[in-house]
Amino acid sequence: MNKITTIIKREYLSRVKKRSFIVMTILGPILLAALMIGPALIAVMSDTDYEVAIVDDTHMFYDAFSDTRNVKYTHLQTDIDSALELMRNGKFDAVLHIPEIAFQAPSSLRLFSLKSVNFNAKSHMESVLKNEYESLKLTIAGIDPEVLMAVETRININAVRMDKDGLEKTDYPEVSMGLGFVSGLLIYMFIFLFGSQVLRGVLEEKTSRIVEIIVSSVKPFQLMMGKVIGIGLVGLTQFLIWVVLTFAIVGGVRTAFPKLFQFTPTEQVHITASQSLNAEELQRQMETVQMQNTTAGQILEGLQAINFPVMILSFLFYFIGGYLLYAALFAAIGSAVDNEADTQQFMLPVTIPLLFSIVMMQTIIQNPSGPVAFWLSIIPLTSPVIMMIRIPFGVPFIDLAISAVLLVLGFIFTTWLAAKIYRTGILMYGKKIDYAELWKWIKYR
Amino acid sequence: MEYLFRAENISKAYTGHKALTNVSIQVPAGGIFGLLGPNGAGKTTLIRIINQIIAPDEGFLFYGNEKLKPEHVHRIGYLPEERGLYKKMKVGEQAMYLAQLKGVPAHKSKKLLKEWFEKFDLMPWWNKKVEELSKGMAQKVQFIITVLHKPDLLIFDEPFSGFDPINVNLLKQEILKLRDEGATIIFSTHNMGSVEELCDHIALINKSEKILDGNVRDIKKEFSTNIYQLELANLKQPIEQLLDHRFELIRSGAHNGLMTARVKIAAGTNSNELLQLFLPTAHVVSFLELTPSMNDIFIKTVTGKYPQESSEYEISESANDCLAE
Repeated sequence: MNKITTIIKREYLSRVKKRSFIVMTILGPILLAALMIGPALIAVMSDTDYEVAIVDDTHMFYDAFSDTRNVKYTHLQTDIDSALELMRNGKFDAVLHIPEIAFQAPSSLRLFSLKSVNFNAKSHMESVLKNEYESLKLTIAGIDPEVLMAVETRININAVRMDKDGLEKTDYPEVSMGLGFVSGLLIYMFIFLFGSQVLRGVLEEKTSRIVEIIVSSVKPFQLMMGKVIGIGLVGLTQFLIWVVLTFAIVGGVRTAFPKLFQFTPTEQVHITASQSLNAEELQRQMETVQMQNTTAGQILEGLQAINFPVMILSFLFYFIGGYLLYAALFAAIGSAVDNEADTQQFMLPVTIPLLFSIVMMQTIIQNPSGPVAFWLSIIPLTSPVIMMIRIPFGVPFIDLAISAVLLVLGFIFTTWLAAKIYRTGILMYGKKIDYAELWKWIKYR
Repeated sequence: MEYLFRAENISKAYTGHKALTNVSIQVPAGGIFGLLGPNGAGKTTLIRIINQIIAPDEGFLFYGNEKLKPEHVHRIGYLPEERGLYKKMKVGEQAMYLAQLKGVPAHKSKKLLKEWFEKFDLMPWWNKKVEELSKGMAQKVQFIITVLHKPDLLIFDEPFSGFDPINVNLLKQEILKLRDEGATIIFSTHNMGSVEELCDHIALINKSEKILDGNVRDIKKEFSTNIYQLELANLKQPIEQLLDHRFELIRSGAHNGLMTARVKIAAGTNSNELLQLFLPTAHVVSFLELTPSMNDIFIKTVTGKYPQESSEYEISESANDCLAE
């Protein structure tokens, strides 16, 4: 036992001290955090005030424009030429000209600016004018705009999932989907990444011929398990550092620049034709705000509905179980061949179940409780990835229990199998190995 | 005799072929034991079994008076023939790691390693990576790792391959020193010169079976050919006429005015009697018994006959200088 700790320590430290590990461990979260912060940052950067002067020759739209977060409107009572002159002097970024014929010919509307036009400001003005035009036209046609508003209805079905006790909770399939997808992919990535590190490690020991020196001190099984566990711990370390650092960076940026993450409703919607706020109007405005909130709010609410302790525990369990299962097989491959080129014929059957899990992701996400999902999340070779996709959707305890027990049995079996191949393989040089040969090794006493 | 290690009736079969058939060896304590045999005879398999790297199909192994147990690996030092180190790991760190696997705690191994590194002039490489070492230096590091935990039983598989003559000598001295300090050494090699120089006992394995073993001196006596070589000056009579039925002339020749003759003496005849035949008729310049070298014995035992034409110079290295062609 003491020796296996020594081996684990070496395997762990020699990898953790590597420059590539340190770089990856630090760069990973920075990239992840950048992905999360970046869009918000970009939105803020274009957030400088954009000054627009309005020259309204029709005198119909003066009240329509109100300032938004980053567009400021100024009504000029001058003619267009002096307005343009003011713009040239830098008083305004742009001038919106509404000529007298504008009502009859909307295409005569002009937005002048020296630099290229701020796209957000332009679309804001367009939507304001569109609303104005429509309500004016309705009035002319004799229809009360309020009637139209009362007719207009927005539909958003709230999915409710009931458990056996009849308790209901709102379901957020989008959130579960995203979460399942991400965790399934992560498990796949980690198994592959660190599994192939095991393979390369074993191959290195074999080709450098240090293995015979070591197995005269420790049992081949101890050497194999030491390597598998050591590299597994490297994977866990990297994963945990990533999680902690990502949250630290995002959290830090959030405290430093709280404005970044404030929810800002898109500006187009507030503007309504009438100035009076009656009950219906209020209802409508609230609805719109709610609709605006859906994505952000739903993700938040959806995340709150996810059982995170279960999620994290099962992620760790399936990561460790899946890794152990595959790492043993990778170790066996590494011991059987003489160089990396020869690994291909044995790699394929081992990686196929993993690749298959990824291919099946879409199907599983669409029907996370169906028979395909059930069976694939039970079979140990596919269960680590598939079960992680299913868990955010809620999995019956019995499924989880069967899958967990089978996974444990699975990695005990692959480890036993791998140990048999390994102890013969590491001392076998210069022989072309095929499956018949491996079978013989397994049968040796 | 006291044996440090015994293997009794060891058999090991791989699918398709037998690696060892009913092999027994007894390694006397405190000596150097040569394990000889052609390539593929089963030497490495036997050594791996002794190191408990693989298990025999049949047979028993004893360390001292106990059955061989996993704990005994701490008392054994093994230098394999095909040996390597982690290329990317630092030399000192790696030596300490391997010592730790042999049960030497870190603080102790560091002190011991420094002594050995000083002795072998390796200290400047302590913090270098193994890939920066020359082959010879890496071999020295491996040798140090093998002996560091002061094992009672040392197993060297072709220890001198890859060394230059200076380092071979250095290594020989260290091996002899270890023996003098009480270690028992099993020494597997094809290099018969070093067998004669170092080994007290040998076992010869061929085609999975042990075909010869025992004390080196006894074996040589057993294989003595009873052939004597004479160098004669001023010979007055042809050699053939001098020899009677007890003696058989193997070959003769003249060179630089000297007559060289090889004569085989029949069993039970004293070599003095041969000498007496020549003393009255010639000046005997030299007279020596041609003992077979370990190399000859090796080839004879494996192939059934002494090396042919080459025997002129192979029969005995020491006789070589006196031979006149």
